[in-house]
Amino acid sequence: MTATSTNTMKPGILRTAACVLLLLAPAGAHAELEIDITRGVSDPVPVAVVPFAHAAASDGAPDVAAVVEHDLASSGRFKGLPRAAMPAQPQRAADVNAAAWHAAHADYVVVGRVAAGDGGTQVLHFDLVNALTGQRLLNDESVTVPQKSWRRGAHRIADRIFEKITGVRGAFDTRIAYVAVDGTPPSQHFQLIVADADGENAAVAARGSQPIMSPAWSPDGEWLAYVSFEKGVSVVNVQRLSTGELRQVSARAGVNGAPAFSPDGRRLALTLSGTAGDTDVYVLDLATQQLTRITDDPAIDTEPAWSPDGQMLYFTSDRGGAPQIYVAAPTAKARARRISFGVAYAARPRVSPDGKQLALVEEEGGASYIATLDLASGNITTLSHGNLDESPSFAPNGAMLIYAGRDGGRGVLATVSVDGQVSSRLKSAQGEVREPVWGPFTN
Amino acid sequence: MKKKHILVMLAVMAFAAGCSSKPVKEAAPAATPVPAAGSNSGVQSGGVPTVDIDQHQGSTQGGATGPSSPLAAQRIIYFDFDSSDIRSEYVDVIAAHARFLSGNATVRVRLEGHTDERGSREYNIGLGERRAQAVKRALMLQGVQESQIATVSYGEERPAAAGSDEAAWSKNRRVEIVYIN
Repeated sequence: MTATSTNTMKPGILRTAACVLLLLAPAGAHAELEIDITRGVSDPVPVAVVPFAHAAASDGAPDVAAVVEHDLASSGRFKGLPRAAMPAQPQRAADVNAAAWHAAHADYVVVGRVAAGDGGTQVLHFDLVNALTGQRLLNDESVTVPQKSWRRGAHRIADRIFEKITGVRGAFDTRIAYVAVDGTPPSQHFQLIVADADGENAAVAARGSQPIMSPAWSPDGEWLAYVSFEKGVSVVNVQRLSTGELRQVSARAGVNGAPAFSPDGRRLALTLSGTAGDTDVYVLDLATQQLTRITDDPAIDTEPAWSPDGQMLYFTSDRGGAPQIYVAAPTAKARARRISFGVAYAARPRVSPDGKQLALVEEEGGASYIATLDLASGNITTLSHGNLDESPSFAPNGAMLIYAGRDGGRGVLATVSVDGQVSSRLKSAQGEVREPVWGPFTN
Repeated sequence: MKKKHILVMLAVMAFAAGCSSKPVKEAAPAATPVPAAGSNSGVQSGGVPTVDIDQHQGSTQGGATGPSSPLAAQRIIYFDFDSSDIRSEYVDVIAAHARFLSGNATVRVRLEGHTDERGSREYNIGLGERRAQAVKRALMLQGVQESQIATVSYGEERPAAAGSDEAAWSKNRRVEIVYIN
C-alpha cells in the first residue's frame, strides 16, 4: 500500500534530537475537520451505495459503503440514496433489479462485499450497475488493503466509481496537510496536521509554540516541507511523515521560507533573504546542497511554484509595484516575465497538475479571493467569494481546489471545483485552520 | 460528519546518533478507545509520529527591553498599509534608540517586523523583513553598528491584536525593537 519512494534525500543537517517520538495526544482534540457541502451542482446524480456484505458478521465491521457514499456526495456531483429508501440489499450485480432501483430514483447502484484476504488483508469486492440500462459498468472489481486501512480501500472504490461515471480521475484516496492554531496572540499553539482528504484520520505531524507555515508535499507524498519559527527565526524543515525523521534543510541568516519540492523531488525552491533582508527565490539541490539564485533584485520575490515538467518557476514579485505573478526558468540569472495582468494584486501562484493554469490569490478593494489564471490566454477567473481567501492548492486530479477562508472570524478551509460549481467548507471544532495543501496521488 | 476520537500510543524511541528509518511500531492502545459502530479507531493510513519542534523554553518574543534602557515604553514603530516607510512621528523614537545604542556598543537589539493579515503569508514575511530593514538602516545611519542589530520577520503570523478591521490591522503593522541583552 505504501508507495515506494525514490531516495532522493541525501543526509543534510540531521537533527537527531527530533527523532524522539512523543505519545500522540488524541488527534481529535482540535485537529479533526467537519465538512459541509455549501454548493453542489443543481442536479446531482443519484447513486445508491448499498451497505457492503461482510464474510464474517461482526459489530465492528467497517462501513465501506458509508465512506464511498460520503466521498461521492462530497464532490457535489452525486447524491446518495438514503438506506431507508433502498428496495433491497444485494451484494452482487447479478442480484440487482435495475428497474426496482430506477423506480427508487437511483441512476446508479453500487454493491459490494468484504472478505478476508491473505496476511491480515481485506478484499473489498464491488460492482457498479447502471440502474437505467441494467448494464454492469464495473464488474467484480476488488481492492485489497491491510485490515486497518479499509478507509483507503473505500476511497479507492469511490475513485473508480467517480472516474467511471464522470471520466475524471477521482482524488478521494489522497491526503491533505494544514496548520491548526489554538489560543490567542501572543500565546498560541501551532500544529501541522496530516489527514485524509475527507478530514478523517487527522494526525499531528509537528507542533510547537512558534508559528508553523507554508507546508508543501514531496511528489511521492512521503515528506512535508514547512517553515518553522522554532528558534525564533524562520527555518525550513523537511519531515518524513511515516517516521518523524526531521531534517533542517535551510537555516540561513535571514528569511527561510516558501519551500516547494520540484516535480522530480530532487530540488527545493525556496525564499531566502540573507542578512540584507532582500527576499529572493532560490533553488536548493537536496543531494548536493548546491544553491542557485533565481532572482536578484530589491523587490520581494517569493512563493515559488514549479511547472509539472520542472522547467519553469512561477513566483510572486512586487518589482512592478504591487505583487504580481512572474515566471522564470529555474536557472541562475534567468529572465523573469510577468504573466498576471488586469488585476491590481496577484500572489501565491500554484500550478495545476496539467500545467495549463495557475491558482492564485487576487486582491481587490481590500478583500482577497481565489482565482485561476489560464496560461494560454492570460484570463483570470475569480472562483471564491469570501473576504480573506488565500492559500489555494489543487487536488492532484486538477478538478478541485482547497483553500483557506474565514468564517465567523475564524480560519476555516474550503474547497471549490475548478469550474466554480461545487464548494464545501471544512472547519475545526475549536481553534482555527489554515494553509491547506493537497497531497499527491500515491496509488 | 461524526467526529471520532483517535487514540494512538507510540513507543518512545531512544536518541541515536543517526535517525533510524524503521517505521514506528504501534503499541496496542492502552486507554479505552471511544467505541463506535464500524469503528475506525486506531491508525488507518499509517502512523504519523508527532515531532515536537519547540526548542526554546524561554520567551523568544517581546523580551524585556534592556534594564537600563529609558525607552521601554516606546519601542514599537507602526507602519501604513503595504508600506515600509518610517512615518515622521517615529523619527524621534528611532533617534532615541539610536543614541542609546551608539553610546552602548555592547547592547544588541532584535528588530521584529510584522504585517497585518491582508496579503499572502510569505509575501508578508518579505514585507515584515522590509520594515525591519528600514528601521535597521535608520539606526545604522545614526551610528549604530550593524553587529548590534538583528532582524527577523514574522509576517502576519504573530499579530498583536486579533480582529479583521483597521483597528486591529493598524496595531499589527509594526516593527518591535527588542533588546536582547
